[in-house]
Amino acid sequence: MVEHLAAPTEEHIWQLLEEVSDPEVPVLSILDLGIVRAVRVEGEEVHVTITPTYSGCPAMNTIATEIRLRLLSDGITKLHIHNKLSPAWTTDWMSQAGREKLEAYGIAPPVDGTATGHMLNLFGADTAVRCPLCKSEHTHLVSQFGSTACKAHYQCDDCLEPFDYFKCHA
Amino acid sequence: MTDSPMPTQATPAPTPETQANLFAFVLQLADTSLILAHRLSEWCGHGPILEQDLAMANIALDLLGEARSYYQYAAELEGKGRTEDDLAYLRSAVEYRNPLLVEQPNGDFAGTIVRQFIYDCFHYHLLLQLQSGPDAQLAAIAEKSVKEAAYHIKWSAEWVIRLGDGTEESRRRVEKAIENLWRYSGELTTPSATEKALQAAGFVPDYAAIQQQIDAHVTRVFEEATLPVPQGVFMQKGGKDGRHSEHLGYLLAELQYLQRTYPGLQW
Repeated sequence: MVEHLAAPTEEHIWQLLEEVSDPEVPVLSILDLGIVRAVRVEGEEVHVTITPTYSGCPAMNTIATEIRLRLLSDGITKLHIHNKLSPAWTTDWMSQAGREKLEAYGIAPPVDGTATGHMLNLFGADTAVRCPLCKSEHTHLVSQFGSTACKAHYQCDDCLEPFDYFKCHA
Repeated sequence: MTDSPMPTQATPAPTPETQANLFAFVLQLADTSLILAHRLSEWCGHGPILEQDLAMANIALDLLGEARSYYQYAAELEGKGRTEDDLAYLRSAVEYRNPLLVEQPNGDFAGTIVRQFIYDCFHYHLLLQLQSGPDAQLAAIAEKSVKEAAYHIKWSAEWVIRLGDGTEESRRRVEKAIENLWRYSGELTTPSATEKALQAAGFVPDYAAIQQQIDAHVTRVFEEATLPVPQGVFMQKGGKDGRHSEHLGYLLAELQYLQRTYPGLQW
């Protein structure tokens, strides 16, 4: 009982959030993705600030619900979830552990410094993306738009497998 | 051509009049993104190839997300208890403020590409400016959305080039689409009374400067597509003042069907 009455610490909240996974890419926690921007505890009130990856990301409502459920199961009922748009999310916020987990899962992690760039960079060279399956560097872009807003569609020229690339968004 | 943001100006405290205009402008942006998102979503399952079907659905989703951010902010600015859903689902065609371009039917793939390219040119350059404007929430939405608009403008420009400099058939179709749709391009950068007032107050960027950037981009892309840039076209307008083409009513009938038939329904 005493434990439940004690005010939660911010460190503890961060630990709980590490257990909340992204509904679209379940190997990643929302911390790996860089979605959680701030945690603040004021007495018994807990404030968690999250930011969407893409404007239309349909996972945001699910993520908010899962944060609520995880904290609730730890006895935290006074939870406020805030949405924050600026600064806008970037793949630079994705953790190194997250990148490794992505590749092991079969999704090529973002290659930093290869965001769309200037709008006049038409038909520019494809980003060299390593195939997450056979690790070949001989791959090509099929489409900038893939199975979800955050991914592009690639194909490996050696093992011929199509794969998702978590595109660099800076 | 520069991508430099509009110079930071001393922020005037918004008067009640400016506040009302800001609501109208944010609503116009919301309507524009929503209607174009809806049009693109009509392609879902009908695209010429799977990858482009997905591309249009992805762009629709980005625009829908952007529309939601604007509607939520508009509801807050209005402060009368209306929600984002009320604004999207319970306003009639004459209350919608989107420019005529985005409500035009999809036509064939070339028609959709040309409509998208015309809009992307305006959208991208507008967002670049808005992200450093004096209204913090509008700037935050623009900062978020401009990253997505950069993918859109690249996609539509590449398709204009492929179709224009492609086969005889693709060229015939893209030329026809330009002939049909160019007349709706001028409205985007012709300020409405609301936009003029907000330009004077420093909240909306100068559209003449944006037009110059659009012209430079169009010239560059059309040159590569071996397409002539249309000259001296009579420009249609009216959408931003609520005078729409017949098409919007049919679109809204489908978009709003559920809330109109079963008010307050949720799932």
